[in-house]
Amino acid sequence: MPIIEVKDLTKVFGRNTKQALKLLDDGRTKEEILKETGATVGVNRASFSVDEGEIFVIMGLSGSGKSTLVRLINRLIEPTQGNIYIEGEDLSKMDKNQLREVRREKLSMVFQKFGLFPHRTVLENAAFGLEIQKVDKEERERRATTALEMVGLGGYLEQKPGQLSGGMQQRVGLARALTNDPKVLLMDEAFSALDPLIRKEMQDELIQLQSKMKKTILFITHDLDEALRLGDRIALMRDGNIVQIGTPEEILVNPANDYVEKFVEDVDKSKVLTAHHIMKRPETIQIERHGPRVALERMREEGISSILVTDRNRNLQGYVTADDASKARNEDVRDLNEIIRTDIPKVDKDTPLQDIFSIIYDSQTPVAVVEDGELLGIIVRGAVIAALAGEGEVTNGA
Amino acid sequence: MVLNVSSIVPRIPVSESVTDAVRWITDKFSFLFNPIKEHFGNLMEFISETVLMNIPPFVLILIVAVIAFFITGKKFGLAAFSIVGLWFVYNQGYWDQMMNTITLVIVASLLSIIIGVPVGILMSKSKIAETIITPVLDFMQTMPAFVYLIPAVAFFGIGMVPGVIASLIFATPPTVRFTNLGIRQVSAELVEAADAFGSTGSQKLFKVELPMARPTIMAGINQTVMLSLSMVVIASMIGAPGLGREVLSALQRSQVGPGFVSGVGIVILAIVIDRMTQNLSREKKD
Repeated sequence: MPIIEVKDLTKVFGRNTKQALKLLDDGRTKEEILKETGATVGVNRASFSVDEGEIFVIMGLSGSGKSTLVRLINRLIEPTQGNIYIEGEDLSKMDKNQLREVRREKLSMVFQKFGLFPHRTVLENAAFGLEIQKVDKEERERRATTALEMVGLGGYLEQKPGQLSGGMQQRVGLARALTNDPKVLLMDEAFSALDPLIRKEMQDELIQLQSKMKKTILFITHDLDEALRLGDRIALMRDGNIVQIGTPEEILVNPANDYVEKFVEDVDKSKVLTAHHIMKRPETIQIERHGPRVALERMREEGISSILVTDRNRNLQGYVTADDASKARNEDVRDLNEIIRTDIPKVDKDTPLQDIFSIIYDSQTPVAVVEDGELLGIIVRGAVIAALAGEGEVTNGA
Repeated sequence: MVLNVSSIVPRIPVSESVTDAVRWITDKFSFLFNPIKEHFGNLMEFISETVLMNIPPFVLILIVAVIAFFITGKKFGLAAFSIVGLWFVYNQGYWDQMMNTITLVIVASLLSIIIGVPVGILMSKSKIAETIITPVLDFMQTMPAFVYLIPAVAFFGIGMVPGVIASLIFATPPTVRFTNLGIRQVSAELVEAADAFGSTGSQKLFKVELPMARPTIMAGINQTVMLSLSMVVIASMIGAPGLGREVLSALQRSQVGPGFVSGVGIVILAIVIDRMTQNLSREKKD
């Protein structure tokens, strides 16, 4: 069961919400509805689900409705229509008290401008969530201290937030959210107010924390690079609609429409695409069964000048060149072991494209893509260039 | 033409109705007004005559100076000023009058705050309350203060009590307005943070909104105290004792000297109270 499930979630700001909803059902655009009814569509029938332990990124430009969407999920903004299920319970139908319990126990939020209380110390800020649950002082300070130590602020307990740098303030914000030990972290542009170096550091730390604590994270951002770095899956929003949901690769490689394509056009693909995406199915021969003649024959068929050699279990052994094979045939050598070369460069399937450049530049042969010794595919120079040029169909499942 | 119109619409008897209404209220609510007048009057008399006037002046001056010293963050300026200023009033023979004035200001300000802060909170939480209360506050502040004196005398007779009531009406609006403003100015993200972590309404108010609005509310309270001090001369017209009465009598007899001295006494008191309340709002900020 997904931990968050959102169904047809809609928010219309303004008075004529009923009329606006009707027009939405008729498929009218945001602008048309605004003109006709004066109501603004914030989020239009968003549906998605987030699995436990997943980092789900909602990404869009300002005005796309992403901040509204995250506030609908903990009902800081009341939905006009639709349902929100947290662990199967429908949040949209809860009364005030039930909602408060869910906010206290299951959902914690981290804010763009940190949302720290300037009149409280770092420790008191981190303990705020437990304080309002009336957890006794000793217990809540112990747990808050643990959370603060986890984000590296163990030495700043008695400072006021105003005395800390932006990055440290957001660590306090993160610690405050973690102190409650929630199921889900809602992070609204949490790193957008930080400068780029600190932002990257925080992203790395978030990924680390996530792998340690297995929290489910709903992360809102307008920064595509951030979305690609953090997201297990990404939902792209535009004008209140979710345009595409997918893994970073799916979105980069198969943009759902022109908008997404435009959006991802400027991404540095060399950081996002990995060996896995650009490799081709390799031509291989088996060392136990085949000799130089078969090798030569296969190379002639495929029009290539070298061929990879594996064993029975598809473990990569090396390669033979056409020259060596034909010499061997002439000298009547039967065993491939005599002519096999092993100086082939190997990369893991998760190696990013940017690391493959130098390898393939120095290499005479294609680069082999392996996972635990098993051959998955090869990368030829052309594939690297094609991927960078942004030609959609570069995947060739292994 | 003019005659014509006035014969079509005869003068609306507003003043008669108000007179009747006040008379009616005086009559019907005397069961309420009389005990207030009596007990409240006794309380104020107790504060000024039994407590304040029985403390030896030099002890009181010293206490004020010490409070001033600590409230300004251990600086000597205000403390020194308090000693010199208050001693001057004592030296001029206006000590008892000043005690009466202080009592009036303290009681009026305290009541203003007790009433004003909750009303301000109500305004900040409810659009409807704000729409209703704002014009009432405007009315209270623009109506000439003398006008309040008339019904105040009708309800509570003469003396300190109607003086307090009149300055209450005149001095409460700033506290209400600033409380409302202060709470509405708390950044939306902090309010969201309080909500997102599951605060109840009162937790949000006491743990986030009021502490954040505190400097603004204190500025309003400072205004309230100053306004109630400025009412002491006016309140003396209905028999409220104190420095104001000396100013008034000097005015009536055209005695420049005594008028000046008692006026200076009010100014000294104003400076001491103002600096103290201002520092109170700044004190915990850093």
